[in-house]
Amino acid sequence: MAPHASTSVQPSRPVGAPPQAWRVEVFRRAQIDDPAGASAVAALREVGVQGVRSIRRGHGYLLSPELSPAALQGIVQRLLVDPVLEEARVTPPGDFPRRSEPSAKGANKLHRILVMRRRGVMDPTAVTIERAIARSGLGEEREVRALTFQAFEIEGELDRAHLERAAQDVLANDVVDEVYIDDDALHFEFPTAGATRVIQHVPLREANDTELERISREGQLSLSLDEMHAIQAHYRAAGREPTIAEIETLAQTWSEHCKHKTFTGIIDYDGERIDNLLKRTIKAATVELNKPWCVSVFHDNAGVIEFDAGWNVCFKVETHNHPSAIDPYGGAGTGVGGVIRDILGVGLGAKPIANTDAFFVGPADLPLEKLPKGCMHPRRILRGVVAGVRDYGNRMGIPTVNGGVWFHPRYVGNPLVYAGCVGLMPADCTDKHVAPGDAIVVVGGRTGRDGIHGATFSSLELHDESQVVSSSAVQIGDPITEKRVCDALLRARDARLYRAVTDCGAGGLSSAVGEMGADCGAEVDLELVPLKYPGLSPAEIWISEAQERMVLAVPPEKLDALLAVFRAEDCEATAIGRFNATGKLELRYRGERVGLLDMSFLHDGDPRPLRVAKRPAIDATDPGCPPCADANAATLALLRAPNIASKEWIVRQYDHEVQGMGVLKPLCGERDDGPGDAAVLQPLAHSKRGIAIGCGANPDYGLRDPYAMATAVIDEALRNVVAVGGDPARTAILDNFSWGNCKRPEQLGTLVEAARGCYAAAIAYETPFISGKDSLNNEFRTGDETISIPPTLYVSALAIVPDVSRSVSMELKRAGNALYLVGMTHAEFGGSQYFSLAGLEGGRAPRPDLALAPRTLRALHSALKDGLARACHDLSEGGLAVAAAEMAFAGELGAALDLENAPLGDFDAARVDRDTALLFSESCTRFLVEVAPEHAADFERALKGLDFARIGVVRTERRLSIARGAKSLVSLDLDALRAAHQGAFQG
Amino acid sequence: MSTTVNIRALVVRAAGVNCERETLLALESAGAKPDLLHMQQLIDAPSRFDDYSLLVLPGGFSYGDDIAAGRVLGFEMRSFLGEALSRFVARGGYVLGVCNGFQVLVDTGLLESVSAKPSERTIALTANVSGHYECRWITLRNEPSACKWLEAGALWPTPVAHGEGRLMFKDPSALARLRENGQIALRYVARDGGAPQYPDCPNGSTEAIAGLCDRTGRVFGLMPHPERNVAPWHHPRWTRNAPRAEGEGLEFYRRLVAAAGA
Repeated sequence: MAPHASTSVQPSRPVGAPPQAWRVEVFRRAQIDDPAGASAVAALREVGVQGVRSIRRGHGYLLSPELSPAALQGIVQRLLVDPVLEEARVTPPGDFPRRSEPSAKGANKLHRILVMRRRGVMDPTAVTIERAIARSGLGEEREVRALTFQAFEIEGELDRAHLERAAQDVLANDVVDEVYIDDDALHFEFPTAGATRVIQHVPLREANDTELERISREGQLSLSLDEMHAIQAHYRAAGREPTIAEIETLAQTWSEHCKHKTFTGIIDYDGERIDNLLKRTIKAATVELNKPWCVSVFHDNAGVIEFDAGWNVCFKVETHNHPSAIDPYGGAGTGVGGVIRDILGVGLGAKPIANTDAFFVGPADLPLEKLPKGCMHPRRILRGVVAGVRDYGNRMGIPTVNGGVWFHPRYVGNPLVYAGCVGLMPADCTDKHVAPGDAIVVVGGRTGRDGIHGATFSSLELHDESQVVSSSAVQIGDPITEKRVCDALLRARDARLYRAVTDCGAGGLSSAVGEMGADCGAEVDLELVPLKYPGLSPAEIWISEAQERMVLAVPPEKLDALLAVFRAEDCEATAIGRFNATGKLELRYRGERVGLLDMSFLHDGDPRPLRVAKRPAIDATDPGCPPCADANAATLALLRAPNIASKEWIVRQYDHEVQGMGVLKPLCGERDDGPGDAAVLQPLAHSKRGIAIGCGANPDYGLRDPYAMATAVIDEALRNVVAVGGDPARTAILDNFSWGNCKRPEQLGTLVEAARGCYAAAIAYETPFISGKDSLNNEFRTGDETISIPPTLYVSALAIVPDVSRSVSMELKRAGNALYLVGMTHAEFGGSQYFSLAGLEGGRAPRPDLALAPRTLRALHSALKDGLARACHDLSEGGLAVAAAEMAFAGELGAALDLENAPLGDFDAARVDRDTALLFSESCTRFLVEVAPEHAADFERALKGLDFARIGVVRTERRLSIARGAKSLVSLDLDALRAAHQGAFQG
Repeated sequence: MSTTVNIRALVVRAAGVNCERETLLALESAGAKPDLLHMQQLIDAPSRFDDYSLLVLPGGFSYGDDIAAGRVLGFEMRSFLGEALSRFVARGGYVLGVCNGFQVLVDTGLLESVSAKPSERTIALTANVSGHYECRWITLRNEPSACKWLEAGALWPTPVAHGEGRLMFKDPSALARLRENGQIALRYVARDGGAPQYPDCPNGSTEAIAGLCDRTGRVFGLMPHPERNVAPWHHPRWTRNAPRAEGEGLEFYRRLVAAAGA
């Protein structure tokens, strides 16, 4: 609890004891405007805290009391204050700060809200300050400790309840922050713990089932009774009790997060036995396709494919859902940090060259009173995760180039955050081998109590007390430490100073060392692991998921050289043990053995769960499609729909230009506001070969028909990369499943169907899966109600672009060019944006024709490769009308379309209005393509035998006109289209 | 001005510097021979400055931009390399600071005087008026300035990507002094060269100033990233514009390298 919570005080009087530390508060001078303060005012008003006149935001620092006044002055003037804009208020240790006066005399009260990190939560700025002082000698040879805080000085008529709401809903996050309202006490304490208990055993052998379940629950082990039985049997046979370190290691290694037990277990699907769903569907497709350009799939930290002579590219996408629900900023940031380390840890390490991100959140306009207890508002979650991705990716110098945001009421309590990273690596760095005798070296950040039980936490469902109970699973990222790791690691790689590398992700050292040593054996002296603060038990050191750490296997003769490289980059690297040939994992602490596990039991001893799945009933209701009364209004409303509307406010906050590889950016067109289909990068300056990165997802389809959804979102990801010039014959895809609780048979049934859809589509398009991840416990419990997320499959695609100078962007280019509609339109409104707008339910979910779609993609690619298209845009949410509108306003050119000859599937004309279907149906594998008159014949030849039609022309008149014959359907000017597209939530 | 071959450029990196790839490529394309050195290597051997005629501080988030953008690296430059930097500039060396490098350069005071104390600084780069980081393409105009190697009046597109790029001055006289000295080298303008609105000027900078030089024109800092507009397809609208052989940022580097080698 924050210290203020139960205290009632006079607002202007300090209540607690002041910290025994120098306090420095740095504010902008009074006459200088304060953008951070102004943003805070707006944010407070948005959550209903009225009466705020102004806010000034100051940076606060606490520094060791031993500093002399002269040394302190030096630090303030040379390091902490901008002499042009700011002034510092310095308070000696043990004193209260001088209060600043309200600007208008007697008009308003001045309140102060101070926000600082809870003890033990990462404070990267404090670390930077301590380091800068130590290096420069400003601290007069003393070890100077620092903590930082933020000070908000608020003028206005506000009561205590307002201030508490301001702190809770806007200025601080109770999970990671302490809040002081009109209270200057602060803390200047650093986490330590009492005596370390070295070795502890868990009495397991005699435990009955109730006790076993209690041990699992109270230890937050997330082990099932079957798994506890397996462990019990193992230790009965061994004739001793397990140590805490051992049982924690088993819990981490066997967690759903690490082991994918549902996907790899046994499923009884209405009597049909599925032995390893992953192997039978996703991996089966890759194995059957057997593409020679797939270099490394599924077994390393990321999938690797061939790129260009001597170079490979790799791609990984991670989910980071549960941490992001309770701390959006920290959760999303560490999600990005984690997937970057996956790329650094694939083979001998790849250079990260692009990030992707996707968010699935509740409606941005959710009324406050409808927000379930224990949840953050979707707006706050979205802003938080965007800021988290921004601050981590931008600081790492990795362009964030592709992604998406989807809104749905069922994500309110359980938002989803996906973070992806693409890497570039020399082809001869793809393999790694650990040899017995290699030193185990941990590099990067120090180990603390943060993030303990992240792997098992992510395997639990969220509930309305998750924010309070699970805060130790939440962490703040430190991107600059990771940047140091990246810089040092790639230099050490190029000098071949290590034999293998992996990242410390879920499970921390236990997973990293356990995996690397799985085929040989390993011994670790846990007291050698560098700690953020003393007092961690050996088991805590072993399973801590502190961020920004990686583990290397270093041949002994290269150890000194390796440590020197890391030292030169100011990045900590420490040998903590060695790999051996014992087949065992031995953990010691100060010479005493605290764990000894057989690698075979650790990795293969878990019982395979048997789960029951029930075939989902697909709702066959189909209301048909009545005629749209006002297609103009519908088109504008669709452009404004949250899932379609511009995400420019997000894109602009990401550095999508860093590294200078960008060929097609996320936003296209005359005013840089057209939503591009996929990003194109040119990774090697000497080669015109490129990569395209795209994605697809659709939870609304998932709710209608999970099998169809899987095929549709794969089609969407492929459409996106093909539309910009990617080669469908050289495209790899990634699967990320986020599902509800798969212990429920009907949930698991939808997962089986979606996985089977994945298999069918991958085989049909000949696009292998190279990597994937699942998160299968996404539900939120509030009171008696449990809300599951929609089945959410996020598919990413990575395509080779043969020649980046032939890339095609989505916006219209020149009046007089022809417009072609490629692909057949069916009456597919199930889960469509139009049905949602029209308030209609049911309908057939879109799905590609798997016989025809691959041919269409190949033919279109060949036309694009030959330079026959000037613009190309895929048709997705909102259908043809939305795609045409986006192309038009982005190109600042009009278009006149006539749908009379548009390829149309068979449907019941009595129940489905043909014009409405042509405008708004979301059938797959369709594109709108702009072709110059001189290329029209060649373009038509390239698509011969496929469904396509010339449906219109680009015009200078700034208007989109869509008709069928003499009947006008849509006529809207570009300004209206653009305004609608920009008209939804903009941050 | 013609002998640009083998101009040796020193690109400095530190923890969090992250634009070294595009900076090295731009310098190479412009005819220089760049080396990338870690700050610590210079602290260990400041005489290494002697090998170079151009020093480049690339963009990034040095030390996470903790405290303020560029502050800690600026502090370290002042603390450990102040003298070496002053000597380098005094003997005719050229210095370019881009984005975070500009923030560092402002913090060192090098744009104002080779010997200024931090407390005497009158120029600051601070949080954008929008309150957040922003990545977009803008248009620059070269101003008539002490920077003779830039073609005055030219308009050119460049990307910006920063959260703290707003130039502010201690008082009107500080700005007037820069104007008199010809130190205002670049301004944000509308795409057609007209007066800039947001987002033409993405950060609310005073008088829409995007880049400054010292009195000699040899020390130069700017928030935009010319090194990200070098390849023909860097420009966001290259697919709709006439085909081109290179981006406009390359000419900027070519002129800089030529001047440093003259």
